[in-house]
Amino acid sequence: MGIGLNSSLTSTIDFQAQALNLRSERQRLIASNIANADTPGYLARDLDFASALRDATGTTSGSTAPTRLAANRPGHITSSAAGGTASTLLYAMPSQTSLDGNSVDMDRERASFADNSLKYEATLRFINSGVRTMLSAITGQ
Amino acid sequence: MSLLNIFDVSGSAASAQSQRLNIVASNLANADTVAGPNGTAYKARQVTFQTQLMGANRNDPTAAGVTVSRISEDQTEGRHVYDPKHPGADAEGYVTYSNVNAVEEMVNMISASRSYQNNIEVMTTAKTLLQKTLQLGQG
Repeated sequence: MGIGLNSSLTSTIDFQAQALNLRSERQRLIASNIANADTPGYLARDLDFASALRDATGTTSGSTAPTRLAANRPGHITSSAAGGTASTLLYAMPSQTSLDGNSVDMDRERASFADNSLKYEATLRFINSGVRTMLSAITGQ
Repeated sequence: MSLLNIFDVSGSAASAQSQRLNIVASNLANADTVAGPNGTAYKARQVTFQTQLMGANRNDPTAAGVTVSRISEDQTEGRHVYDPKHPGADAEGYVTYSNVNAVEEMVNMISASRSYQNNIEVMTTAKTLLQKTLQLGQG
């Protein structure tokens, strides 16, 4: 994904491929939140998809900036070179506080997970239709 | 491919939850155990979860799995029941039972089973998405 074919023919597919990459990263992030629903002290994270996509497509391929993590408290993990894509990870605001310091809201995570899988599939369809268009163009029928 | 990591993440969580369920089963099975010849009855056990980063890059915070960091024993006193005819009764006629709280264990069981199901569903969705990704460009 994100092979960087700098051609006007494949620019649409390339853009969708970047989006697909970010969707799969967000999917993994939400899966991590769901996995850590019972871990004491775990802070739920989410991806600001719009700005992450802007970052990923704005920079030239191959020289993307590393994932940035907000580290505004002593216990936070600072990441120097985490993900391969330029994304902005944010901490979710807990709607209901818990005694063990866990900030995972399972209802919200399940909703985000369903939303993200649907949008992942939508991106797949966009790529598929792009490929179909391209095929019909190059076969000349 | 980030989707492949989901199986590691959710798999570790499902494994940790099943260990928790196992502990609950041990506790419930020993709810009515009395103190043996050494005078100490079964003590309820409890698992503690910890986040474990498991991406390709070890510092990647977006792939956070779960591991059981320790199993601790509840150190509170067991139930003392006056029953002089019981074979396990001590010199004063009291029988020491385990300190398992059945209600707490049932709540723990439901919580563990729900979390387990959540992780399995996450894996099922990831599998479906991966299968559709494999068919990319074919239809």
